[in-house]
Amino acid sequence: MEKVFELTNVYKTYKNDGREFEALKDVSLYVNEGEIFGIIGMSGAGKSTLVRTLNRLEEVSSGTISFYGKDLASLAPRELREVRHSISMIFQGFNLLNQRTVIQNVEQSLRIIGTPRSARRQKARQMLEVVGLLEKQNEYPARLSGGQKQRVAIARALAADPKVLLCDEATSALDPKITAEILDLLKRINEERKLTIIIITHEMAVVEKICDRVAIIDEGTLAEIGDVKEVFSNPKSKAAKKLVFPSNPFEMSEPDGKVVRLVFDGTQSSVPFIANLVEKTGIKVNILSANTKSVGGIGYGQMIVELPKDESSRQTAVNFFKDGGLSVTEVN
Amino acid sequence: MSDYIKDAIITGVWETLIMTFFASLFSYAVGLPLGVVLYSTSKGRLLENRAVNAVIGTIVNITRSLPFLILLVLLIPFTRAIVGKSIGTTAAIVPLTIGAIPIVARMVEASLSEVQPGIIEASTSMGASPVYTILHFVIPEAMPSLLQGGAINVATVLGYSAMAGVIGGGGLGAIALQYGYYRYDKPVLWTTVTLLIIMVMLIQELGIQLSKKHRKT
Repeated sequence: MEKVFELTNVYKTYKNDGREFEALKDVSLYVNEGEIFGIIGMSGAGKSTLVRTLNRLEEVSSGTISFYGKDLASLAPRELREVRHSISMIFQGFNLLNQRTVIQNVEQSLRIIGTPRSARRQKARQMLEVVGLLEKQNEYPARLSGGQKQRVAIARALAADPKVLLCDEATSALDPKITAEILDLLKRINEERKLTIIIITHEMAVVEKICDRVAIIDEGTLAEIGDVKEVFSNPKSKAAKKLVFPSNPFEMSEPDGKVVRLVFDGTQSSVPFIANLVEKTGIKVNILSANTKSVGGIGYGQMIVELPKDESSRQTAVNFFKDGGLSVTEVN
Repeated sequence: MSDYIKDAIITGVWETLIMTFFASLFSYAVGLPLGVVLYSTSKGRLLENRAVNAVIGTIVNITRSLPFLILLVLLIPFTRAIVGKSIGTTAAIVPLTIGAIPIVARMVEASLSEVQPGIIEASTSMGASPVYTILHFVIPEAMPSLLQGGAINVATVLGYSAMAGVIGGGGLGAIALQYGYYRYDKPVLWTTVTLLIIMVMLIQELGIQLSKKHRKT
């Protein structure tokens, strides 16, 4: 598979009033052609800086970024502009021209690459049709809802036939229903046009819904990277665990009780484990917290349970879960 | 009010309009590009250039801080060199233009600075050059604000044009000064002042309406 982006030991340091701030620390990763790649992290983790280095809106302090094997840092201003035509971007704030109509906004990216007027209009219409907003072509952005504005921004980003689409918190200003619609649209575009999409977000739900692989950025470093399903079912780093299992305050009924975390990896989510345990062994466990998520149509989840006090019952319960294929880890 | 004064007032209105129109036109011809340069070369902007910004900024600040009356007198030799005379309506256009250029430049700079940085980021990410971004993204986006600023500038030039009466510039200001002030002719004074106020209000209203028509937000 061809690599669209390849980052090698990327550092980014900001200097402010003599103070240095490392926004990115030794980040190395690659993005495959045609995939939807998620970059997730808490706000301030450095993910927005990271995505801006991909089209050189931000320069890296050290390390290299290559785009289809071409070192971005080596490009002259004119060559960089040329490359940017292949790397489109959409933003949290949409960044449409308020004084221009919807179709004029979409035409902007075509004007920049020098498409003649008539072809421009035709292509812009075609793109508006893809995002389902052709009937709004002569409206001004102020008359559109947030979701519609982002659709216009997507049409503008795609009009110049880019190879990659960078989405910087593109759904963060939208409500869950509209977010889902925009994500469906991105997924459809990814499949129909074989477009590589890179999604920056702080919402796990976005990654779960459409990403193939995910990178977790924590305080400027790459905490974890891998297939979304893998990272979800078995998060290794602290940052990943925090994102996959948002902190659930729970209290044990006994101060010296033993608490374990059970993780379902998808295939067992239809089996009623707790009920089976009670039925077969008579051992009762106390559920302290539970949640499930659907990743790519398969249920993933975790359950935090308190085991009974006596040692043999505990061992029986743990073995029961392990035999069922669940992963069991001690919490306390 | 005698007929010759009425005629003088009508001529005065016309002269004031001529002075205001051409001085505004010429001051924008120079001030607009100057404002664009001030904006684009300032810190953190697309064509950041400290030297250029400092030189233009200093010249603009110096001209702007001179009281207009002083500028009028100081520019007499310059005016004579350009239009061949230093009194009259045509001559008054020169100092009016020079006086308005720095005001226009700063006003344009302020309007452009209001444009959201995200717009510039979007343009840059699409592969637009800095000049393209300024011409096709920043200026159109700042248009309502530029028009509003334009109305303020034209009204300022109109106010300044009344001062040009002091050095024989003609217009309503000269009439207010000669008949109203030196001759204590209160009706003439009040008539000219009222006319000036009406003209400023009309310009302001026109500017607001134009700006509204262009503002799509």
